[in-house]
Amino acid sequence: MNARSAERTNSLLLPRKLTVSLDTDQVRHIAMLARLKLADEDFADTVDKLSRIVDFVDQLSQAATDDVMPMAHPLKMSQRLRPDRVTETNDRDEIQKNAAAVADGMYLVPKVIE
Amino acid sequence: MTATELHQLTLTEIAAGLANGDFSSVELAQCLLERIERFDESLNAFITVTGDDAISAAKEADAARAAGSGGVLNGLPIAHKDIFCTRGVRTSCGSRMLDNFVSPYDATVVTRLADAGAVMVGKTNMDEFAMGSSNETSFYGPVRNPWDLDRSPGGSSGGSAAAVAARLAPAATGTDTGGSIRQPAALTNTVGLKPTYGRVSRYGMIAFASSLDQAGVITRSTADAALLLGVIAGIDDRDSTSADYPVPDYLGSLRESLDGVRIGVVRQHFDEGLDESCAAAIRDALRVLESLGARVTEVDLPNLDLSVPTYYVVAPAECSSNLSRFDGVRFGYRAGDADDVLDMYCRTRGEGFGDEVKRRIMTGTYVLSAGYYDAYYLKAQQVRQLIADDFRRAFEEVDVIAGPTSPTPAFELGAKTDDPITMYLNDIYTIGANLAGLPAISVPGGFVAELPVGLHLVGPHFGEQAILDCAYAYERQTSWATRSPEGYR
Repeated sequence: MNARSAERTNSLLLPRKLTVSLDTDQVRHIAMLARLKLADEDFADTVDKLSRIVDFVDQLSQAATDDVMPMAHPLKMSQRLRPDRVTETNDRDEIQKNAAAVADGMYLVPKVIE
Repeated sequence: MTATELHQLTLTEIAAGLANGDFSSVELAQCLLERIERFDESLNAFITVTGDDAISAAKEADAARAAGSGGVLNGLPIAHKDIFCTRGVRTSCGSRMLDNFVSPYDATVVTRLADAGAVMVGKTNMDEFAMGSSNETSFYGPVRNPWDLDRSPGGSSGGSAAAVAARLAPAATGTDTGGSIRQPAALTNTVGLKPTYGRVSRYGMIAFASSLDQAGVITRSTADAALLLGVIAGIDDRDSTSADYPVPDYLGSLRESLDGVRIGVVRQHFDEGLDESCAAAIRDALRVLESLGARVTEVDLPNLDLSVPTYYVVAPAECSSNLSRFDGVRFGYRAGDADDVLDMYCRTRGEGFGDEVKRRIMTGTYVLSAGYYDAYYLKAQQVRQLIADDFRRAFEEVDVIAGPTSPTPAFELGAKTDDPITMYLNDIYTIGANLAGLPAISVPGGFVAELPVGLHLVGPHFGEQAILDCAYAYERQTSWATRSPEGYR
């Protein structure tokens, strides 16, 4: 199946005018969903660059994909199962050496419940 | 063989020299460590040099050889991209987020190479979390291209490519999600092999986009790439996506004649966007392949121009999910003085990740968010299927698809950092193989104004031998791979 018309070939490397863009509120919302605190001075640049990326990928909307199954795996393989038995040892102490704050084998975080 | 020439040897030459008793593994490791000390200030190819560990591993290799034991890579030096977990050694992934992370375990690739006797000399620089095509997004600063220090070596495996090109290590591991092994190999006159998705275990390889990521190698010869692939390939209980498929003797099966091999050329690859001198070099390379017996025909990949937009939905979507693990709790950077746990998460991630990584996380978050999932993510997975179908049809007619690896030779540092889309389009010829899960290799394919150009060869699933054979025959017929950058000889 040919998803796109022949005359659009090569359009990829030519400069394009933005047809889709994100606004400040959308970017603020996305940043919150992604748990990212953006510095105020970076915000305008982030909105601009994300808009360019979203506009770029919006080319996909022109592809004819009726009745095409979305790809689930490049090799059409299904996930293997393994017997449910213990294979790893408990390396908690070593693993926790990488944590910012631990106590009694637990990870510490700022207070969650008042 | 004098000690000063050891760095010029390929892995297969080193193996012969060691077996012959011409030099020891310790002498070789010392030679390379001295070169890293002398030259890496100019390149910034290494994030961590593991000198003491390298010398002790080399001593063990020499002892094993004396005792008549030792694996197929006994005493052969290798550098690891800093995306592979190495037990007891910092594994940063090029990020501030993991600047303090000391891995408690080894990646399977690292284990297999070490078990075969390889000697790790250090961890190489890379784009942060492998997100970039110029090595400029690294927290540790850009890597410079030994062919021209004002230029990028490509990315994301830029440190591995620069280290191998500058003869600081005969081989290095890399990872390739959209071209991150092949594009830097092309830009540094090295060989870069990305195997079939699932051919090599991803266990211990810090995840970027799990349906696209694949481990591979950067070497100075095709034979060396075949040698290493034979060691790292194969099923792994610790990666359920690793393929249960036999591992042939890639090195022993290499052949020089291409009689009867059908090579496909994609017409769109030579349309505008490809540097004219690069196009001329690749056309010359195709004539060489024909002279070796291959039959070159045109193939059509009608959805090729949608591969980059497809990738920039699928890869960021998977990255936004994979990178959610970096929350400042169990490992990595944690921001101080947080008001509450949410503030701690947001500030940790805001401060720990660089700009490009944040952009990709947000792009992925957006395309997966309510109201946009169908329009972007589902659509991209459908187009991805169309692109994979295009390749499947093409491989009914040809054995290998050949073309350029990258649209231009190495570009100047800073030239593409202002516009993410310009940077993304560097990978226009390589991304298709990742989307379809296919094996691909870049081999030295000539020079344009003293800068290297890569010849890109793509094969069908598990068709590593076919692309290695083409690369090997081409390499034997040309002298490009033997050229080294002035100042690093």
